[in-house]
Parts: sequence; structure tokens; C-alpha cells
Amino acid sequence: MTFRYLPMTEQDKKEMMEAIGISSTEELFKDIPEEVRLKRSLEIEEALPEPELVKYMSQLAAKNMNTKDYTSFLGAGVYDHYTPSIVNHVLLRSEFYTAYTPYQPEISQGELQAIFEFQTMICELTGMDVANSSMYDGGTALAEAALLSAAQTKRTKIIVSKSVHPESRSVLATYAYGQNFEVVEVDTENGVTDLEELKQVVDDSTACVIIQYPNFFGQIEPLKEIEQIVHQEKGMFVVSSNPLSLGVLTPPGKLGADIVVGDAQVFGIPQGFGGPHCGYFAVTKKLMRKVPGRLVGQTVDENGKRGFVLTLQAREQHIRRDKATSNICSNQALNALAASVVMTALGKQGVKEIAMQNVQKAHYAKKTLAEKGINVPFEGPFFNEFVVQFNRPIKEVNKKLLDHGIIGGYDLGKTYPELENHMLIAVTELRTKEEIDQLATVLEGL
Amino acid sequence: MHTQDQPLIFELSKEGRIGYSIPPLDVPEVSIDELIPSEYMRTEDAELPEVSELQIMRHYTALSKRNHGVDSGFYPLGSCTMKYNPKINEDVARYPGFAHIHPLQEEETVQGAMEMMYNLQTTLAEITGMDEVTLQPAAGAHGEWTGLMMIRAYHEANGDKERTKVIVPDSAHGTNPASATVAGFDSITVKTDERGLVDLDDLRSVVGKDTAALMLTNPNTLGLFEEHILEMAAIVHEAGGKLYYDGANMNAIMGYTRPGDMGFDVVHLNLHKTFTGPHGGGGPGSGPVGVKKELIPFLPKPVLMKKGDAFTFEYDRPQSIGRVKPYYGNFGINVRAYTYIRTMGPEGLHNVSEYAVLNANYMMRKLEPHFDLPFNQHCKHEFVLSGKRQKKLGVRTLDIAKRLLDFGYHPPTIYFPLSVEEAIMVEPTETESKETLDEFIAAMIQIAKEAEENPEIVQEAPHTTVIKRLDEATAARKPILRYEKQ
Repeated sequence: MTFRYLPMTEQDKKEMMEAIGISSTEELFKDIPEEVRLKRSLEIEEALPEPELVKYMSQLAAKNMNTKDYTSFLGAGVYDHYTPSIVNHVLLRSEFYTAYTPYQPEISQGELQAIFEFQTMICELTGMDVANSSMYDGGTALAEAALLSAAQTKRTKIIVSKSVHPESRSVLATYAYGQNFEVVEVDTENGVTDLEELKQVVDDSTACVIIQYPNFFGQIEPLKEIEQIVHQEKGMFVVSSNPLSLGVLTPPGKLGADIVVGDAQVFGIPQGFGGPHCGYFAVTKKLMRKVPGRLVGQTVDENGKRGFVLTLQAREQHIRRDKATSNICSNQALNALAASVVMTALGKQGVKEIAMQNVQKAHYAKKTLAEKGINVPFEGPFFNEFVVQFNRPIKEVNKKLLDHGIIGGYDLGKTYPELENHMLIAVTELRTKEEIDQLATVLEGL
Repeated sequence: MHTQDQPLIFELSKEGRIGYSIPPLDVPEVSIDELIPSEYMRTEDAELPEVSELQIMRHYTALSKRNHGVDSGFYPLGSCTMKYNPKINEDVARYPGFAHIHPLQEEETVQGAMEMMYNLQTTLAEITGMDEVTLQPAAGAHGEWTGLMMIRAYHEANGDKERTKVIVPDSAHGTNPASATVAGFDSITVKTDERGLVDLDDLRSVVGKDTAALMLTNPNTLGLFEEHILEMAAIVHEAGGKLYYDGANMNAIMGYTRPGDMGFDVVHLNLHKTFTGPHGGGGPGSGPVGVKKELIPFLPKPVLMKKGDAFTFEYDRPQSIGRVKPYYGNFGINVRAYTYIRTMGPEGLHNVSEYAVLNANYMMRKLEPHFDLPFNQHCKHEFVLSGKRQKKLGVRTLDIAKRLLDFGYHPPTIYFPLSVEEAIMVEPTETESKETLDEFIAAMIQIAKEAEENPEIVQEAPHTTVIKRLDEATAARKPILRYEKQ
């Protein structure tokens, strides 16, 4: 059988073996000891010709209910947002997606410049001085922020609010176990971090305090007050932030954050069952030389012409090896490119307009549900998500919604036992008034 | 390549232009002051560019022309497996049923996605000879760390708290020791012998009661198969340590041997290398980890299981190291890898490794007369030359790499592994034709000749790229990491 990705002909093979001085390719594998040789075929499914493969994969995909066919009110860290058509056309320029990390700058100026622009846009949104070229996702970026904080302060106590995404906190716990850090979780009060409790646990052994803004429940945390509590004890202030919300909200950089992390999935990256998304990592100038991952910098060539290179590589694992504080190597460059295209397409006006539509539509939804008699427990200001309470399991509620073509919200009881029968509802700019009204009607009937 | 300077997107910006289209707000508008307190309202705009859709497309098209990918030309970057990225993979990953599903949807609504994941993890278990596989790690280094964390949890569960050392060969990739550090281990180095293989005596001398694991790439980063793998496994296992397989070089051995059969306990794979997930200019990747039976309890959670005909995520895993990533891994890359595996099947994957190794050996023998070859045995999917001979003529490996740019090639990996002076590490992959290999060989021979007869042309290369060699020292000393409006 021949394969379309393998160009060697029998004649090629013959000539090449002659040049090497062998009579069979088996001779090239003689250094693999007999005892470990696989003496049978791999027991995996046989190859499929392209049309059959298309059919098979289409059928697998069709078994899933997708958010193009269904109306989704599910967010909880991953959102259904507007993606301009242009994004996919840029991503399919194969000079980008078939390239490796831009280690040869002379033939990688396109990628390097695109990342330099990405870094700038993230700085603009977050209000920070320096942003890296991306991280795996928001959750691992948050854990890396804790590693950086500990290295910088030489302290090991990590404080994290329970209003931070539960899956990010789980990832943090795993990283912390690796580093023998102590993680202290602070409770919430009325949907935001309990400041009294926070004051009690922050002390001079605190490496950082990690807050999500807007938080997992959609609520806007009082960063100003929290900043004072953290900095009083000289800990690092880490804020995990949805970058679209920063189209309307005060950037964490203006509120004293030392490190801002999050996920740029909101900018044109498909939900994709949870990945790949696009973590970002931004810091103050003071921490520039401690940032994990790759950084692109501007410089000039021998003729004085502007160009871009990977820089400050002395921070990275391939130089520092066991002295490195992060082992990150691959990043999410292609997704950073997608996010850049969307941030560019939206531009200065669009990012505001879309963020504002999220605020308006989510508040309309909250008001409409409340008017139908549904309890909305948290009173504070929020961005595009809010919590509602039912008198029955959320699984049942969502089943009912699905019958009406609606993917319901996140079942908070799964990760917050005290919030059993509570649902987190996300309303993005893509949800129409009609869809919101329909949601309210179905829920009212329960 | 496009030689004109391309302005930054910010320099193309003009107040009032837009590149998007959304419907006007269709719910009754409420004054924002009533919704969000003014202290949390942004007062200064984020200075994002203001450009039209065509301007965006032209900008990124211009940038793409200033970038070299596998589709642009040969890319023999050692250790990176720059093979062809199949186009069907890109199509499949964009099917709405894969791209537009939410990770927290009810399991009943995403059974197709879970079936794909289950099929992929069982297929990877068979390819690597492991008992179970997690798809959660996002990349190779992330997989290394995940695997080491499991090894740590395993030792601790056995009350074995003194195992604090991870052994890595001196030829190892930098992520190995860095991952060991992040997992809370100290790393120690084991030497390479004159044949480019791990020095068994040195291994015996560093192994002990404090050994948590040996991390190994096989074939190693010199492209050589560690033929004493069974002795090495015995040395480490007898001391109570575990064997970790860095799957960066899996492209050399598929269907020939399996890490699980060589004695490895934990394996990570780089789906963006061997299994065509594209490299994307640096990512996203995917780094699944496979383990042998006794490490299964420590897998990251949730673990995807098949119960009857249904697929489900199991969260009740008391000994799990926990999550290493939100949700279930880089699903989109995993879809691409699975599509590739289904394209190739068992025979195809075997052929992949056969041709990857044949191509590398062919190039190595053709180049051997012209460059120093530190290790003379058959290589696997890649080989390492030394530019020592050319260095004596004043031409460094860096110059050779830059000169290759003039021929339209991405150069090989250079100055790695660290153990070889002026290293040039070539990995052709199986997807290149003999004609391409011959053309590259001819270019390398010409450069070797130039080094002798006309070294300046090599020393001053590249001559044809959009930009000359860049001042990297100033870039690091006075970093400019973002655009600032003048």
C-alpha cells in the first residue's frame, strides 16, 4: 500500500540503500535489541482513504451538540463570542501554522512581528508594561504566576480566592504540590472574596494573592481594597482577568496588579471542548526578566533596518535548565495570532462596544429572569455572567432547556457544595433578546 | 520573500476605521452608571489598532510572506520533526461538532468528542506499549512535568520520600531538567560515552536510593538508539527508580519497538511532532502521557472511561496528582493527531518510521565526506554533524545555518546537543522526496566548499532574506517588548 504523505518510490529506496551500503532498511534498526523489537503489527485501526475518513470524522463530530446549532448560555471560563470570518483565513496562511518557533529570525519576521503586536495589545488591555508571547491557557498561566511570585518574594504561601475558577485552582494545587507551596483558599461573601478573611490570612509569608476579575461568578471584585491588603505585606498581587471585559473595566494594571494572567479564548478562539485556548501573562516592568515563556523584542539588523527577535532567552528552560523557574517551551502562538486578528478587527471601538453589549445583555437577562420570580442571589456589579438559584437539581433544569434547543448554564453545585441548585449563566453579545426571552420563558415554566 | 518593510499594525491605524460587524444592541439600554460603579469603569481606551478588513488581510498576508513554514520549503530542524501537516486535519478540527462544543456541556451531549478522545488514548497506548494514557497535558514539557509528578506521587504513596533525584543525560533537552525542578526534584547528569550513548558505568555510579527516575529520549538527541536500554532499565529499576520516556523522537520507532517494551514506566508524546498536530509557529502542541499499570492511580483527573457504550469522565480518583490543565487537554490538536493516525493505520505508521530513518541515514552518508561526523553508526530519524572542520576555516555553524537561508531552506538545529562542538542536527522526516534531500545535500556541500574557497560569503550570510542578521545583544540589553506611540 502507498500513502499520499510518503513520496519515496521503490526506485528511490533502492538508490538510497545503495548509497548507505545496506540491502534492507531492517539493517538500520539492528541496534534495537531483539528482545524489545515489536514482532507484530501495531493493533490499531486500519488506514482509511480520505473520503471514508471525512465521513467517519463527520459522523463523530455530528454526535456532539454544538453551539452553532444550539443556543448556549454556558460560560464559566469558556465563551461563545463573535469571530470575524477573517480569522480563519489568516490562520490558514500555512506559512504561519506550518512554521516552528521563530528561532531563525531572518525567515520568521512575520511570526515575530505578529507576536510583538500581540504583546502590545495585551499590554494595552491589561494596563501592564510587558506581556509574553502566550501560555498554554488561563489556568496554567495562573499557576505560573504563583511560581513567579514565590521566586520573586522568596515566600511560599499562595493565597487564592474561592471565586477563582475551580479548575484553575485545581491546576494551581498540582503545581503547588510540586513546589511544596502552601495554598490557602479564601471564602467568598455575597459572591466576592471575603475581605475580612483575606486580611486575616495575608501576612509576611504571603508570596501572592490571586483574584479573578470579573470572578468565576461574574462579579467584579473590589481590586482597590484587595491591592492594599496584599501590598501592605509586600506580597504580589496576581489578577486573572477576562481580557474582553477590560474593554469596559478598569485594567488591573491601573489598580496595582503585579501580574495579570488570563485566557484570550474570548478573542476568536473556538471553545473546542476546552482547548487549545490561549493563556496570556503580563507583568510590571520590574518583573520583566522573570516572565516565563517566550518574549519577542524589537531590534535592528546590520543595516539598521527594524526587525524582531526572541529575546531575554536567559530566562528560559533551554538555557537555564535545572535553574529555570518554569519549564514552559511550546506556547500557543497560532492562537495568539487568532486573538491578535480579532483584537485588530474589533480595534479600539469594537472591544468597547462588544464588552458593553455583554454587560447590557447580561443585565437584561438577569432582570428578565428576576421578573419571572427566579432568585438571583448575588447583588454586586457583574460583567456578563450571573448566578441564579432553582429549587431543583441543575441537571434537570438543563435537560429541560435542551429540549428547547438551549444549552443551559454551569451547575455550580459540582464544585461549590454550598451552591447546590445554583446555575451560572453567561450572556454574550451573540445572544439575542429573543433567545434571552425564550430562556426566561422556559425557566419560568419549571 | 517579501522584502519591503511591513509597518506595525498600529502604524496603519487611523481613527474611526473598523474591521468588524455586529448587530446593534437589541435589549433596552440601561445607563452604564446604574450597572457598574464608576471606579471600575475604564477611563482611557485600550489603544488597539483601527483598520479596515482589507487592511488586516493585507497586513497578515504580508507577514505570512515574511515567514518560512513546512509548506514554504524544506525544514530539517533536528529534534522538531517538521513533517508535512495534512490539510484534512485542519478541516476536521474545524467541524462545528469539534470546534464549537463547550467543555462543561453535559456528557450526554458530547459523546462523539469523548469517543474520539477514548479512541486516541487507546491507540496511543498501543503505539507506546503503555497501559493507560491521559490527553490532558498541553505540550511536551507539560507532559514531562505531569509524568514526573506521577512518579513523585507513586514513590510517596510507597512511603519512599527520599527519592529526590532525577537523572538526565548530558545530551538531554533543556526541558528535562527544568521539568524535574518544577516537579520538585533535583536533577543530576549522566555522561555520554564516545559512541554517543549513555555511559553505563556512570549511570551505575549516579543511581541510588535517592533516584526517583531516569529521563531518557530513545533514540536520543544525537539520533542514536540506546542499544543498552534493557541494562539501563535494570540498573534503574533495581535501585527502585522509574524510567521516563521523552517521546520527542517517537517518529523513529513506530511499529519497530515500543517504550513500554523497553522497560519505560511513563511516556510522553509530542502530538505536534510525530502526529502532525502543526507546530503553529510555536504552539499549541499536545503532550499526552502514558503509564504502566502501577502508575494508573496517579493519572491527572478526570480520567476518561468507557462504561458500556457510553463515555464518562471519572473524577473520584483519590490518588490522582490532580489537574494539570483546565478541561481535557488540547482537544483540537488531539483531533488532528487522531485524523492523522486514521489516515496512516498500522502499516502507514511503520512506513513513516522506516522512511524517516532511511532519509536521515541517506543524508548522513552523503554529507559524511564534507563535515565531521562525531558518531559513525547508523542513525535513527536524525543525525548530528559537527562544524569543527569549517570552524578552523573561520566559518562557524551559525554561519552555515545563515547561509542555508540563501538557498531557501530552514536550517537544521544548531549548537544542540550541547555535548557536540559546533553541532548541526538534521532531521529530514519521511515526508520529503529524494529530490528535496539531494538538493539540500548539494547546498550543504557547496557551503562546505565555500568555507574553504570563499569563507566571506558564508560568514556574511544571509544575503537574500528580508532582513540581515539582527542585533540580538541590544535587544536583550535594552528590551523593547511592545509598540509605543511616538
